[in-house]
Parts: sequence; structure tokens; C-alpha cells
Amino acid sequence: MDSIDDVANAPYAIRHYAPETLKDALRKMFLIRKFEEGAEDSYTRGLIHGTMHLSIGQEASAVGSCMALTDEDKITSTHRGHGHCVAKGADLGKMFAEFFGKETGYCKGRGGSMHIADPGKGNLGANGIVGGGLPIAVGAALSAKRLGTGAVTVCFFGDGANNEGAFHEALNMAAVWKLPVVFVCENNKYGMSTSTERSTAVANIADRAVAYAMPGKTVDGNDFSAVAESVDTAVARARAGEGPSLIENVTYRWRGHSKSDRNRYRTKEEITDWMARDPIPRMARLLIDHHILSEADVDAIEAEAEATIKDAIAFAADSPDPTVDAVTRDVYTDEIAA
Amino acid sequence: MNAETKIESRELSYAEAIREAMDIALSTDERVVLMGEDIGVYGGAFQVTGDLVEKYGEDRVMDTPISELGGAGVAVGAAMTGLRPIFEFQFSDFATLAMEQIVNQAAKVRYMLGGSVSVPVVMRFPAGSGTGAAAQHSQSLEAWLGHVPGLKVVQPSTPEDAKGLLLAALEDPDPVMIFEHKILYKMKGPVPAGHYITPIGKAAIRREGKDLTIVGTSIMVHKAMAAAETLAEEGIDAEVIDLRSVRPMDRETVLASVRKTGRLLCVYEGVKTLGVGAEVSAMVAESDAFDFLDAPIVRLGGAECPIPYNPELEKAVVPQVPDILDAARKLATGAI
Ligand SMILES: Cc1ncc(C[n+]2csc(CCOP(=O)(O)OP(=O)(O)O)c2C)c(N)n1
Ligand SMILES: [Mg+2]
Repeated sequence: MDSIDDVANAPYAIRHYAPETLKDALRKMFLIRKFEEGAEDSYTRGLIHGTMHLSIGQEASAVGSCMALTDEDKITSTHRGHGHCVAKGADLGKMFAEFFGKETGYCKGRGGSMHIADPGKGNLGANGIVGGGLPIAVGAALSAKRLGTGAVTVCFFGDGANNEGAFHEALNMAAVWKLPVVFVCENNKYGMSTSTERSTAVANIADRAVAYAMPGKTVDGNDFSAVAESVDTAVARARAGEGPSLIENVTYRWRGHSKSDRNRYRTKEEITDWMARDPIPRMARLLIDHHILSEADVDAIEAEAEATIKDAIAFAADSPDPTVDAVTRDVYTDEIAA
Repeated sequence: MNAETKIESRELSYAEAIREAMDIALSTDERVVLMGEDIGVYGGAFQVTGDLVEKYGEDRVMDTPISELGGAGVAVGAAMTGLRPIFEFQFSDFATLAMEQIVNQAAKVRYMLGGSVSVPVVMRFPAGSGTGAAAQHSQSLEAWLGHVPGLKVVQPSTPEDAKGLLLAALEDPDPVMIFEHKILYKMKGPVPAGHYITPIGKAAIRREGKDLTIVGTSIMVHKAMAAAETLAEEGIDAEVIDLRSVRPMDRETVLASVRKTGRLLCVYEGVKTLGVGAEVSAMVAESDAFDFLDAPIVRLGGAECPIPYNPELEKAVVPQVPDILDAARKLATGAI
């Protein structure tokens, strides 16, 4: 075994990113975790109506997949999209305000958890429709190619979405037109209650890449470095004009699908087993082992994330509700008489 | 059901009533299969199928992948060839993904093939707003499907009708689309035991009255009934009709009521423009009942926008009891 100080054999992340960048990645992972915990707590306290889909346990996939992206690059996200939004650099206060249905939220209180978007940072939005973002990502990639912007689109979707027709149609077009898009499947083993074994004919979702003549790779989605390495490679390929790729980040959602989930389709042992593979301490350990951070630094980053979330929640709670008289605003760009 | 039939009634929720109908169908007809997303061990997103999978197994209570177009199409093909599938959409909004199979195939196959095949498929659509699920999980799309010849479209408002219409749908040789309101799933009401049907295409008069006719669909029937109570205290005697069936529509019941009251208020949750109430209004305007009208027809429907997330906005975009009261008072007092 090589020494931990053997940089040439260090994991990809250590070799490729500046310490500040790695620190920021860890910070974002903590922010996602704390955001989700804050969301859950707000829900439990009755501050939220509606539902939400938490991505606790999937933080490495969200952050690792956005490492090579700039604000010009796009992402499309899913119903389980809080993490993607944070990873792409969103403002936590505006996110929470949207979650609380406030006028100061990303969608002025009209969208809620399932529709948070941040176009200014290249986030084209979460989506209430499973698979809804896949063709949209291909469209964004088409724009980038035609307009010569050099932008790449990362398209997040779940294992469940890979059985929608939209998935197959989108991958095919992206490949035929050699578009700069990276399909990132977050395989957390279940679409609601239905396991991939029961829903999907192939063993690995990345195997489906073969049918669309693009590279496909299955990755340990709880390993930040492995995710970053795979997606960075795919982003570079897309930027070079070589076309799309399919990356499958194998991960796990700790919480139920949404608030109505009785968890009857999986065992407690399975859940605790995956909780032991928490991507955040794993990332922290990597950075500590490579002398990028000390234990105390990690604690400080976590505490800072917690404070940020607290402030974001306070901002949201203090924000005004939207007014009813403007409820039909923004249906059209130019108002028309009903 | 009337009292003479002497069938025992119990209090069941709307969801339980639907489950009981499916249970009866599964136990009496081998051809019946349930299909849908997470309807097995999860029990359905709204717990409508509940524990049926334990009783009938995964071969008859089938979890599909997240494939609405494919799943609906499999149900259509199976219905054409001997099975009696009941296909559950997890939310009615996802009908949009399956429109091809519903509109181009299920609705048209019989006609296109010169009447040589029929498509006895039943599709269930949890619909409507009020859950904070926002624009893509709260729509009322019954008018979309009601626009398509070949489909039958119903909207039960009570547990009794939820069961009776599902059992009627299973006996129907053609595709029947059932729009269930999510907020009604927990509502309880008397439900006759055993097998019975609520006829498709027949409205129900929920309250007799002489001053104005309120035609409501689905959850709006309950809001109209609540409004009628208040109106009665004010000396306004409203007749409340539960349309129940969007296609075919019960012309006679509506026209007879309008001939009696001379005033018509339509209340529905779907977007007002080009919605169910537009058809009800036109039906009256095109008939002899028009001559009996003492005031313009009034429609209350969903606002001209998607369903917003914020709870106050969400309430504001669909008719509420005060809106019905307001419109009914104006109508009855000649202010309109
Ligand atoms: C078209 C469509 N079908 C069904 C649903 C309901 N639904 C929401 S999330 C979900 C499971 C999605 O599974 P997956 O893609 O694996 O994402 P995960 O929830 O595991 O993150 C389902 C069935 C939906 N929102 N849209
Ligand atoms: Mg999944």
C-alpha cells in the first residue's frame, strides 16, 4: 500500500483540486445535509404544507457531479433536487423562502420544494415529473452547441426515471446529435417503493449507454472523488465536442421517499448498513488524511454550515407571503386578459 | 341506493370504498388485474390499493416501473385481449405522459376497427388541489379527457359513488376514466356492502331547491352543499346537482332543474375557460331550458393559472364556499 503522502497515487480529488476547492466541496456537502435536516424539522413543526423529498445520504453525488461546472454550465434536476441546487451555488435563504412559500423565494412562493430553480447559476430547475428534465437537458445542450457557448449540461435523474420513454428518447437524440450533455443517474436503489431489480431489466443503469452508443460508467456515488473523476471526465469529453455520457452514481436515500413513506419495501438493516457509508465523514476523512484539513477545521465547517442554515430559515420565516391579487401573474410573459 | 333494497350500509372512507370495489372485482372476476406505480407493498401513493397485494399477490396487483405511457398502453392491450385492467395513475397529472395511449388508442380503437374490438379498460386518476403539491401534482384534467369521443369520464364525489362507479366501469365495455379527488380520499360516508353499481352518465340531485340550480363536480359538490345550507338560512333555496359524469353528461337532470329554478351556477375545480362548466352552460343555452332562465348563467372554475404552492394562493385559485355564496346570492337576488 502506498503512503498517504504519495501524491501521484492519491485519489483523483486530491490530485486535481486546490485545497480551497476541496474545502468548499465539503462545505457544500454539509450545507446540503443541514438544509435537508432543517427542511425536515420545519415540516415536523408544521411550517410547511405539501411534501418534500430529502437527499440525505446522496450529498457526494450532487457535489461531486458539479465540480467541473461554471455558472455558464447548466443542470437539470429532479423532485429530490435540494442538493443539486446547493451544489450549483444557490442562495440558501432564497431556497428556504421558496420552501416556505414566500415571495422572496426562488419562485416567489409559486413552486415550492419540487420546483426550485436558479437560472442565474445555470440551474434550470427541479421537476415534479419523473424524467421531465431529461429532454430539457438535451435542449440546453443543443442551444450550447448551436450558439457556441461552450456550456455543458449535467442532467440529474433517478433510477426510476430510466424507465420513462423520455430517458430513452433523450439519450438517443443527445448521441445522434453529439451534444454536450452528461446524464447523471443517481441510483439510490428505489423509485419510491420499487427496487431497480423489480423495475429495470439491466443490472446496471449505465449498461443502457450501450444502446445509445455513448460511454457508460457505474460509480460509487458515496465516494466524492470517484464521482468527481467520472463526471469531470464526461464533462471534458462533452466540452471537447465528443458527445454525451451516462454516469450512474450508486447511492442511497436514508429517509423515506417522501413524508408518506412507511418504508415497508426495505429493511432497517439495509438502511443502517447504508448509513454507515455516510459520504460526508468519508470526504472529511479523505481531506484530513491528506493534510488538507484538521479535525477542528471539519468541525468548524460543519458549525458554519449549521449557522448558515439557521440564518436561511430565519430569513425565510421573516419573509412576506405573496399576495393573492398577483396569483395569475407570470402565466404569460406579456399579461393577457383572461 | 335506496332503502328498499335493504342492503347493509357502513361508514367507509372514499379510499376504502374504492378499495372495496377493487377487492370485490378481484375476488369475483379472474380477468381483473390492478396495475400502477407503487400500488403493491407501498399500498399506493394515497393508500387506495392498501393491502390488496397481500390478498391477491403481485401477479394481480402489479407494480409497474415508472412508465406511464407504457403502463397505460399495456393496460389497453390487455383490455383488448381478455383482461380487465384497472390502471392507477399515481397523480392524474401523469395522464399527460400517457395521452397517446389514452387518446389515440384506447378511445379510438373500437371505432377505427369498425366496432370489431372493444377496450374495457378502467383508469383511475387522483386529481385536484389542496395538498400543497403545486403545479404538476394538483391539476383537474377531466375536461381534457371529456373532450375525447370513445372515453367515458366520471367524477365521484361520495364514497358510495366512488365504489358504485368503479364497479359500473368494470362492467362497461368501453374505456372509463375515473377522476378521484385526493382531498376526498379520507372523507367518510355510508357505503352499501356487496356489489352494486352507480350508473355512468347519470347525475344525482343532492339537495332539492327552487330558487337556483348549482351544478357541481367532485369536491365542489360538498362546497355547494355547505353553501346551500347557509343560503337556506337566508331564504335562498338552492338545488344542488352532482354531475358525477362528465361524458356522457346527464342532460335531462340538469335541464329539468334549470326549467324549475330559472337560474344556473356551475362550480368546478378545473380551469374555468373551456372547462366542464362551459359544456354545462352551453347545453342549457342550446336547449329549451334557456327560455326559463331569469338571469345569465354563472360559472365558477379554477383561475387561469397553474396551481401555486403557497397555501393561501392555492386556496385562492379554486372556488371556495364564500365564492359560491357570493355568486349564488347575486344570482338569486337579481344582482347579476
Ligand atoms: C411522471 C411521473 N410519474 C410518477 C411520479 C411520482 N413519483 C415521484 S418521485 C417517484 C420515484 C422516482 O424515483 P427515482 O427516479 O429513482 O428518484 P428518487 O425518488 O429515488 O430520487 C415517483 C414514482 C412523478 N412525479 N412523475
Ligand atoms: Mg431512486
